[in-house]
Amino acid sequence: MIEIKGLSKRFNDHMVLDSLDLKIETGETKVIIGRSGCGKSVLLKHIVGLLIPDSGTVLVDGQDVSKLDEKRMNQLHMKIGLVFQGGALFDSLSVWENVGFVLREYSTLKEKEIRERVKEALSLVNLYDVEDKMPSELSGGMKKRVSLARALCVRPQIILYDEPTTGVDPITADAINVLIDELHDKLKVTAIVVTHDMRSAYKVADKIAMLYNGKIIAEGTPDEIRYTHDSIVHQFITGAAHGPITANLKTQQI
Amino acid sequence: MKEYLTNLGNKTLNFFRYLGGVTELCLETFFWIFVPPMKRERIFEQAKRIGLDSLLIVSLVGLFTGMILALQTAYLMKKLSSEIYIASIIALSLTRELGPVLTALIVAGRSGAAITAEIGTMTVTEQVDALKTLATNPVKYLVVPRFLALTFMLPVLTIYADLVGIFGGYLIGVNRLSISPSMYLATTFDTLVNKDIFTGLIKTVFFGMLIALISCYEGLNVEGGAEGVGKSTTNSVVTTFIFIIVADCFFTALFYFFF
Repeated sequence: MIEIKGLSKRFNDHMVLDSLDLKIETGETKVIIGRSGCGKSVLLKHIVGLLIPDSGTVLVDGQDVSKLDEKRMNQLHMKIGLVFQGGALFDSLSVWENVGFVLREYSTLKEKEIRERVKEALSLVNLYDVEDKMPSELSGGMKKRVSLARALCVRPQIILYDEPTTGVDPITADAINVLIDELHDKLKVTAIVVTHDMRSAYKVADKIAMLYNGKIIAEGTPDEIRYTHDSIVHQFITGAAHGPITANLKTQQI
Repeated sequence: MKEYLTNLGNKTLNFFRYLGGVTELCLETFFWIFVPPMKRERIFEQAKRIGLDSLLIVSLVGLFTGMILALQTAYLMKKLSSEIYIASIIALSLTRELGPVLTALIVAGRSGAAITAEIGTMTVTEQVDALKTLATNPVKYLVVPRFLALTFMLPVLTIYADLVGIFGGYLIGVNRLSISPSMYLATTFDTLVNKDIFTGLIKTVFFGMLIALISCYEGLNVEGGAEGVGKSTTNSVVTTFIFIIVADCFFTALFYFFF
């Protein structure tokens, strides 16, 4: 279980997260929605310990992430897979070296066994015969799937997806949604998906939470969110240019 | 006036912040050098890349520096009818000063810039964050191999530059200044003592460390996408040049007064 209590983070004068509270149950897929730049990725980075909170705590299976030493943080990273928005594949390594990175660095497995594990992880994301390609030879959607395979290769209990469908065509986006759903059913992992793509949110979520002005302002099942009476949530999910979210913004800020 | 003082204060603070950051990276690097596992192939790969990248330009600069030195010293030595000392002057200038400094500047411009650009691109494309989430410390994975490779390769390249430079001087000395080949070589190697060679090489070990630490630090602290990478790469080269010259002055004074 992941429990976030009173999490605050400020960058210079901008308060990105403001006493945010959120709980993600084991095995649940929670989708966090919100406008670009509202702090969704910052929230994910706190969960994996890439950022230290100004105040508040992030507990993963009862452990306070910001207080872990290097060894325990590494153990935590073996439990959590993060799929980055742009894939964040290592340019200088081939696909199989990327996917089998942790196994090559830390396991005693032989190259042949690692290649088998890599093939298995790639087949989970429906990729075949790409092991020896370089990241520059892959399309955007393939990069995201390789990134997911890299996260899966260590058999994580928690997977965090940062904008998994951003920048890919609608068909690839839907294939990624199906994949997230399938992995959830097959591997029973806990998942947090950060997105502003509502089609994706409705498709993969057990629960959806909306991040606005540094706080979670609404949380519920996809249907509860879809039929919400909250005007802020309603403006966001319908994608209306005018409404309470944009009321105080100048045109160029919208 | 107030604005000027505020600017000066900010710049001074930034300078000390920078020094603190590089020092912290230096301490972390020394810590991670001794934490197993040590992947030797990663160090060899970096050493090979740094050596090959700079070999051609080090050869050219070394050769022409030796030739220029020969011609410039010949101007004075001819007046004093002491042409035979040309070989000694070239050997001493190259091993004690020009070889180490010029090689360090070349490697800083060539390999240091490449390191900043590579690590900087990794930073802005979240590859460095990805390393952390894959239970891998970026200092151990990215900085340590480059640090060790540069610390080892810079002295090797300097020895090579010294030899090529002496050869350049030899070409001018023997062909244009009518010094006999055996006399030229004898004067060169009789003049040189171990101290000359070692003081030059000790400097390069530190120059190698400086290049590695500054270029990696700049790369790891890039902000703002492609523009940030370009800015950090320029900063890295300029800062390394300044630090090399300042460190050279410090070491030269140290060796002069104490050894």
